[in-house]
Amino acid sequence: MEILIQQIVSGVATGAIYACMALAIVMIYQAIHHLNFAQGEMAMFSTFVAWQLLAWGVPYWLAFVLTVALSFAGGIVIERLVFRRLENAPVLSHVVVFIALFAIFNSLAGFIWNFEIKPFPSPFGSGALFGGLMSPHQAGMIVVTLLVLALLYVFFRFTRIGLAMRAAAANPESARLVGIRVGWMTALGWGMASAIGAVAGMMIAPVVFLEPNMMVSILLYGFAGAVLGGLTSPVGAVIGGLAVGIIENLAGTYIPVVGPELKLPVALFVIVAVLVVRPSGLLGRKIVQRV
Amino acid sequence: MTRTNSRLAILGVLAAATALTVVAASADETTGITDKTIKIGNIMPYSGPASAYSQIAKTDAAYMKMLNDNGGVCGRQIEFISYDDGYSPPKTVEQARKLVESDQVALIFNSLGTGTNTAIQKYMNAKKTPQLFVATGASKFGDPEHFPWTMGWQPDYVSEGKIYARYLLKNMPDAKIAVLYQNDDYGKDYLAGLKAGLGDKASMIVAEQPYETSDPTVDSQMVNLKGSGADVFFNVATPKFAAQAIKKAAELGWKPAQLLNSVSNSVGAVLKPAGFEASKGVISALYLKDSQDPQWKDDEGMKKWNAFMDKYYPDGDKNSSFTVYGYSVSQTLEKVLEGACDDFTHSGIMKSAANMKNVDLDLTPPGIQVNTSATDFYPLQDMQLIKFDGERWQPFGEVVSGADTQ
Repeated sequence: MEILIQQIVSGVATGAIYACMALAIVMIYQAIHHLNFAQGEMAMFSTFVAWQLLAWGVPYWLAFVLTVALSFAGGIVIERLVFRRLENAPVLSHVVVFIALFAIFNSLAGFIWNFEIKPFPSPFGSGALFGGLMSPHQAGMIVVTLLVLALLYVFFRFTRIGLAMRAAAANPESARLVGIRVGWMTALGWGMASAIGAVAGMMIAPVVFLEPNMMVSILLYGFAGAVLGGLTSPVGAVIGGLAVGIIENLAGTYIPVVGPELKLPVALFVIVAVLVVRPSGLLGRKIVQRV
Repeated sequence: MTRTNSRLAILGVLAAATALTVVAASADETTGITDKTIKIGNIMPYSGPASAYSQIAKTDAAYMKMLNDNGGVCGRQIEFISYDDGYSPPKTVEQARKLVESDQVALIFNSLGTGTNTAIQKYMNAKKTPQLFVATGASKFGDPEHFPWTMGWQPDYVSEGKIYARYLLKNMPDAKIAVLYQNDDYGKDYLAGLKAGLGDKASMIVAEQPYETSDPTVDSQMVNLKGSGADVFFNVATPKFAAQAIKKAAELGWKPAQLLNSVSNSVGAVLKPAGFEASKGVISALYLKDSQDPQWKDDEGMKKWNAFMDKYYPDGDKNSSFTVYGYSVSQTLEKVLEGACDDFTHSGIMKSAANMKNVDLDLTPPGIQVNTSATDFYPLQDMQLIKFDGERWQPFGEVVSGADTQ
């Protein structure tokens, strides 16, 4: 019984990592209706930027804000420099560029900061909470994830620019006709996704340690979470991320065939199962394309 | 027409294949060796995720330069050729072929990695070209019966597993052991060594949890290991996961005696990220002197190494264990080549490598010696146990052997 509770709590803590990443994935999906395979590497790179700022003696929260701002700008720059030119290119071209960005960010981080793991500080302190079930950092990470979620919800629901962004993504033609600058909405989406990725990276790094490959598998779990919850729903992404974390822990512990060896396939199985049974995810809405 | 062509093509391929076989057969015992020189090949990840290891090959190259400046070995100058494989086995095969067939080296020395060396092991043995002192601790590289041209160097993972088992049997005979291991050759070698060392006491192991390198964290495994009620934790993980595990154990409030595999006993890369407080009391093992340990300040071997570093590899990192490693493995090669002066051929070199008796190296701690025989292709099998005092590793107890005969 004790192990069951511990596995669930530990699943929630790990799930918060996935949820953080899933939010960034949902954000970019809202803007461009694609999954950005380089999202994790961009987040990792942002985290290295934060690490560098901290190494230079910048206080934590200032470094945090600076990193988020830099990542926001970086996302916009990538969109303006690369993807604007590919606007009408087939999906395949986008996928190729995503993969190229993945390799570029990964190698660049390794080149600049090398591949040795680095400790990343947590603003929430260390120690143990709830009798060792969770570290203060993991609790803090859950709070931050929920905070980002709330901000996103408010942004899309109650601001004009959020509404404009949704319109630009859902129906670019009509949006343009009512005076929305669709191109800039996409760029804004990229910026916000990078900024959320940066937050996710800075929250994840204290747990898994910072190194160029830290996001590779987390992105996969993030995808699983986002798909499970629905790629169009931030709330769904968070629930999906947490669910994947709990599912993999319980499957790994209690299904003898699965064991810890097959935890990753469990996540991938979730993706396939959801896509087959309920393609829009638990909380997502169907995307209807007018033809 | 096409038909004739394809037939011609087949004939051509056959002819080429025959020619290749002839060439292969004529590759003789002295390929790469003349009266004045010996060509030695090396394959190393200079690029990619494992590129930090390339310091080893740079140290090797510097050592060869020093040998040449001092007149070479057996009157021959060493020509050291090192290629990059980016830690990718297919690339390793390509580079090994290039070294053997185009550069015509006498042997490949200290190529790094388990998967990479596995990829070329059959080829090197088919070519009867020594694959000496591979830089990996996988136990499969000490198999003279099937691979008489391949030899490891550092204590293999199975031997190290046995060393911890012997320590536990002697000091904590009632221990309940929980093991975290990487789910591949490396992790399973350690686990197999631990079980073999415990022998009929293998039931002391109460929990085993594997992890995959794709796992983001090992939190879930650690929760289960703690739940098993074990009072000894054997940590068989690569640096990132080893650090996560030590940190998580502390967060869970689990305080077992901790054994950490030597792959991850770097203070800077593992214990510091895990936290010095959480790492206090962790036990590991080593087989080379730690260049940072003050007890070796006036040590002869360490002085020689310092002089070597200053003169031949001034850019090298003296804090890194890789430069100590490169120096030591190169010195072993020097001794092997010197022992083969009378029969300076591929098989002569191999014979010399398999005939090392109680050889001391500059940088092995007292009591740890190189030993091989025609049936023992594991040069180093003894290790010194060490304990982390919150700042640095402190040696304790006697040297423990991981060899079977004792």
